[in-house]
Amino acid sequence: MYFLEAEDVVKQFSGHLALNKVSIQVPPGKIFGLLGPNGAGKTTLLRIINRITAPDSGSIRFNGLESKPEDVFRIGYMPEERGLYKKMKVGEQAIYLARLKGLSYPEAKKRLTKWFDKFEITSWWNRKLEELSKGMQQKIQFIITVIHEPELLIFDEPFSGFDPVNADRVKQEILELKYLGHTIIFSTHNMASVEEICDGIALIDRSKVVLSGEVNEIRNRFKSNILNVSLRWEGGIFSIDSNYYTVLSAKAQAGEIKMRIRKNPGAGNSEIITELSGAHEIMSFAEELPSMNDIFINTVSGTNSTQI
Amino acid sequence: MNKIGIIIRREYLRRVSKKSFLLVTFLMPFMVAALVFVPLWLSSIRSDEVKTVAVMDTTGKYVSLFEDTGNFRFINSDKSLNDYRNSDNKEIFAFLNITGDLLQNPKAATLYSEKQIPGELSRLVNQTLERVLEEEKLTSFNIPNLREIINESKVDFSVQTIKWGADGSENTSSAMVASVLGMIFTLVVYMFIVAYGSMVMQGVMEEKTNRIVELMISSVRPFDLMMGKIIGIAFVGLTQLFLWGIMTSALVAGGTFLLGGGATDTSNVQQGMSMAQGGMLMQPGVNMAAMQEVNEWLGIIHSINFVEIGIFFILYFIGGYLLYAAIFAAIGSAINQQEDSNQFIAPVMVFMVFALYAGIYSIDNPDGPLAFWCSMIPFTSPVVMMVRLPYDVPVWELLVSVALLFATALAITWLSAKIYRVGILMYGKKPSIKEMIKWVKY
Repeated sequence: MYFLEAEDVVKQFSGHLALNKVSIQVPPGKIFGLLGPNGAGKTTLLRIINRITAPDSGSIRFNGLESKPEDVFRIGYMPEERGLYKKMKVGEQAIYLARLKGLSYPEAKKRLTKWFDKFEITSWWNRKLEELSKGMQQKIQFIITVIHEPELLIFDEPFSGFDPVNADRVKQEILELKYLGHTIIFSTHNMASVEEICDGIALIDRSKVVLSGEVNEIRNRFKSNILNVSLRWEGGIFSIDSNYYTVLSAKAQAGEIKMRIRKNPGAGNSEIITELSGAHEIMSFAEELPSMNDIFINTVSGTNSTQI
Repeated sequence: MNKIGIIIRREYLRRVSKKSFLLVTFLMPFMVAALVFVPLWLSSIRSDEVKTVAVMDTTGKYVSLFEDTGNFRFINSDKSLNDYRNSDNKEIFAFLNITGDLLQNPKAATLYSEKQIPGELSRLVNQTLERVLEEEKLTSFNIPNLREIINESKVDFSVQTIKWGADGSENTSSAMVASVLGMIFTLVVYMFIVAYGSMVMQGVMEEKTNRIVELMISSVRPFDLMMGKIIGIAFVGLTQLFLWGIMTSALVAGGTFLLGGGATDTSNVQQGMSMAQGGMLMQPGVNMAAMQEVNEWLGIIHSINFVEIGIFFILYFIGGYLLYAAIFAAIGSAINQQEDSNQFIAPVMVFMVFALYAGIYSIDNPDGPLAFWCSMIPFTSPVVMMVRLPYDVPVWELLVSVALLFATALAITWLSAKIYRVGILMYGKKPSIKEMIKWVKY
């Protein structure tokens, strides 16, 4: 059972098709990355999930049930275009937004007090938002997104506009939320973070899902039979010829040789290991998986070229 | 509390607790009162200095007629004008030179001074001489009892205006009172719509430029957000209006009392009222003419149906505000910067200013075609109908006009909500009006 399913979602704006039969499946308790170049339709899909806009056709289901207006209380959404009332006091503002998410006044106050204590920002309660630095404002933004303890958290480009320190903090917070049992969807361009924290992804390009699945499965699917091998070597003759593989590059340094090799068709890892270990001591042996960045670029430019 | 209630509450409390709101609300009545009373007060101040006027009367007939007043002292002088002119004189402020019989030669009297001659002095001189000359002229006709005849024939006339009621009763009406009331209502409605309409626009733009709007509409419907803002700001305006009403009337009453001029009038009115209610028992010594005047005023005030006017005033007020606030909200949602707003506000303001002028010109002819049509068209009716209200507009006209206004306000709100829904999420370039129309169809 998936926590959230989008099935054949179509959204047409005057002039262009923003989403063309887009389907995604997000399992509960996982982090799901929504990838894609600018203008691919990611934000539109997130807005449809948040019921900000309605799809022309297709459906959104929570736990198998058709999405209904009350479902917005189960979602915490941090949009890409984010901000708060600059002239409003931080505490007052947080309570207001929490109440709009369906919390009662005392409950909102209680939870906010807890969060403000946790982030050690209680002294900001009566300050105006505009007096705070951008990083501080992001903390408030984050609290407001999670205050009603939604089952599903959606972050649209959570790392944009952050310095590396704050981007890392957001990443840690997202991981902690996963640990607490929340399901998380986020859209991003930051491929390194995808490899690090996403369980599953969907890559949207030109209004369509062009690639989806679990991150490890996808990387395996795209692997190109390249191995990185490091062997102990005390000098002397070193033979690199083999029937099992072709050497792409080799470098000798300080008692070891690092090789990048491509397996020949039909060759298995254990055969290569047996052959190598007969001659040298193997220090490391790793199959090179393509980075998400490469997969992203290959997939997107690939579809581009087929369309051209 | 549902969401729209939470939004209304925030929009209201945030604005009402602002320092600028409190300042404007509490200072404005003082400013209005100051505008009314300061000139009155200044003109009532007399300067302490008594100015000396030298009268050089070669005929000797007129000099004794000038009596000293609080500001001017007249002295008889036998020096000639040139003596004064050449001597270094500081004590005498002005010189009245009379060189001959004024009945024969009206130009024989001249007033000289080294300074600007105040109107009060020339008026005083004119009045004094006029009275004497008139008297002299009358005597020169040699008709017995002429003075008495003239006094007898003096008539003070002011036509009485009476409006026939539907039930055949007669009401004393006053066009003056009605037009002043109408003008006040018109200006209040106009100012309220412009000031608070643009406040709605500012609020919408604030949410958009602060980038909070997407967060908001992930928890509330755009329509609730827009209506919450419009209604919340309406309450701000009503609060301000209510406070102004109370404070202005208190200040005017207080000011009138302090100046003393109106104090006797007020007691007259009170006396008159108690008399009218108390079985018409005439107290000895009460000035009958004053009583009659008071009763006339009471009649005029009674002839104006304040309950009806009040109800319709509030209806037009709300309808007009809703109509324009919805338009302003749509504009605010469509633009990204303050600078872009002018292009869209200009056409709206043309309507408003046209309405104001139509209202002003309707005062002279409140039942004419301009007044009639402009009080039917919903974009002008809230302003123009205010002028007509004190003049007893036929009920069917009022009902049709109010119905039209509210139907249009609802339609515009519906249209604006559609533009708003799309507009608030649009960043980047300024949309054209054509694009905004397209958004309605989304």
